[in-house]
Amino acid sequence: MHKSVLVWIAVLSVALVAGCSHKTRPTPAGANSAVPAGQSSETAGAGENSANAAQQAGVANGTGPGVQGPSAPQLQERTIYFDFDSSEIKPEYNDVIAAHARYLVANPNIRVRLEGNTDERGSREYNIGLGERRAQAVRQALMLQGVADAQITTVSYGEEHPAVTGHNEAAWAKNRRVDIVYLN
Amino acid sequence: MRARSTGARRRTPAWLVAVAAALLAAPLALLLPRVARADLQVLITKGVSNPIPIAVVPFAQTPADGGFDVAAVVQHDLEGSGRFRLMARRDMRATPSTAAQVQAADWRAAGNDYVLVGRVSSPSAGVLDVDCDLINTATGQPVGSKRFIASLASLRNAAHQVSDFVYQQILGVRGAFATRIAYVSLTGTPPMQRYQLIVADADGENPHVIFESGRPIMSPAWSADGQWIAYVSFENRLSAVYVQRLSTGERRLVSARAGVNDAPAFSPDGRQLALTLSGSGGNLDIWLLDLATQRLTRLTDDPAIDTEPAWSPDGRSIYFTSDRAGGPQIYKLDVANPSRVERITFGSSYDAHPAVSPDGKRIAFITLDGNNYRIAVQDLSSGTVMVLSHGHLDQSPSFAPNGATIIYTSRDGDMDTLQTVSVDGLVTQRLSDQGEVREPVWGPFTN
Repeated sequence: MHKSVLVWIAVLSVALVAGCSHKTRPTPAGANSAVPAGQSSETAGAGENSANAAQQAGVANGTGPGVQGPSAPQLQERTIYFDFDSSEIKPEYNDVIAAHARYLVANPNIRVRLEGNTDERGSREYNIGLGERRAQAVRQALMLQGVADAQITTVSYGEEHPAVTGHNEAAWAKNRRVDIVYLN
Repeated sequence: MRARSTGARRRTPAWLVAVAAALLAAPLALLLPRVARADLQVLITKGVSNPIPIAVVPFAQTPADGGFDVAAVVQHDLEGSGRFRLMARRDMRATPSTAAQVQAADWRAAGNDYVLVGRVSSPSAGVLDVDCDLINTATGQPVGSKRFIASLASLRNAAHQVSDFVYQQILGVRGAFATRIAYVSLTGTPPMQRYQLIVADADGENPHVIFESGRPIMSPAWSADGQWIAYVSFENRLSAVYVQRLSTGERRLVSARAGVNDAPAFSPDGRQLALTLSGSGGNLDIWLLDLATQRLTRLTDDPAIDTEPAWSPDGRSIYFTSDRAGGPQIYKLDVANPSRVERITFGSSYDAHPAVSPDGKRIAFITLDGNNYRIAVQDLSSGTVMVLSHGHLDQSPSFAPNGATIIYTSRDGDMDTLQTVSVDGLVTQRLSDQGEVREPVWGPFTN
């Protein structure tokens, strides 16, 4: 298949997800399949509890010195921003997601953690839900482009990990985001 | 009315520092309670227009009480409630310590409706008796007398019990001064923040760090017996729910499943935890976790976000937040038949984070009021809603165990601060701290 056709399929897939995500929300899982599995290997393996500066910076924005991940320039953009109370992926992020999807499909041993975040408004626990919904929107977009489920972990920090600390729309817009964090 | 309830912040007593130092030396120092860095300070920001005038006379002391000023704690409690006007000590012409010594007419002439007198004595080594008499100055007769038995370590708590007694005798409502609160404190700036889960007396004194981490701590919740706190910790980068016994620091991981583990809430009998799980599919629903068997039971099954479970006191219902109708609203489910779900809130486009009053008759929650997130209460039988707070970003309401007061956070500049408001909206207080304070939850009565 010609390369440009593949790119078109990717773009259309993202558009499809973006168009559906608000109404459908994450697919309701069946009673059995949704019983959350045991502690993931991520949780079990990460025993440390230190406030390492580089690690924390990685959690905050997904990039920066000491952060894992591919060095290709088109893979350095690792944050997807969202509108207020929305988990729709905006069209301007289609290229970003497609680039990461291509890399992950080509490197099936590479894993990412999608970290969903919200702005500070409203309820902290409800915001955990909104952050998870955003992480799931990116997960679905990556999977539609062929990334394997096993390559993706999601976590929602809700409003607990703001990228910037202001209390106005400019700051809120930077905090409503999903960070793509490479784990190896 | 804007009044400072105390002239100066009281220092942590020396004996408490000694106890804390002993605890710090223990091998399990991280998990054992220890004294937190900064005490909270109560400021009344609004009180009732006709507070009840009362004189709290310094109690007669004994060398065994270590100089602890019981009456000062009582004075601080009553003043902080906003329901009383306290006579200044410097204006007192006498210091009676028994009902018989009180010249009621003199106290009445000085403007007091009531006088509280008392004395601390030590009938045997290590035991302190705190006796008090509350006198109505109109009749000159005691309206009540009570003895509290304490040790040096529990003398502050006994003082709070004296406050509870006075509050009950005069207002007819049990006081909640001898209770505790838990909250999350955040200090430092990214990327070097410290999150601390703190348990303190209801007046903010005597704070102890029960857990700390460089990553977020969320959603503290008390067990009904006040022995355990459940909370969410991101210490391993992903969310996990822990329960921790306050007396020993014993800490148990109870849920670290894929996706979201959030919003734990102990059932009234303490056997189960309602919590929010998403699984790897990312759909948040409310589940019941049996703490003895680890068995999970699903309560909601909806593609929407279902979260923030809050038990009714009888354990039959759970109130929760769901955006199944579009925006977040509060619903109620029947635990025995969880498919029976009823929508509870209708007044705003955003209602979330329900807390149920101890009598089960009302809920407090976050409501979007214009462009502001505020604390509201809704009477469950009539549906009447009253917005109680006045901030622009108010969060995390929790009822005092007497149902008279709600504690919550309010954004002030860059910081979340602890506030309280009486359920009638008449009395507000601010409990200040050095840093950011989040998610206060008021503990149960324990005596």
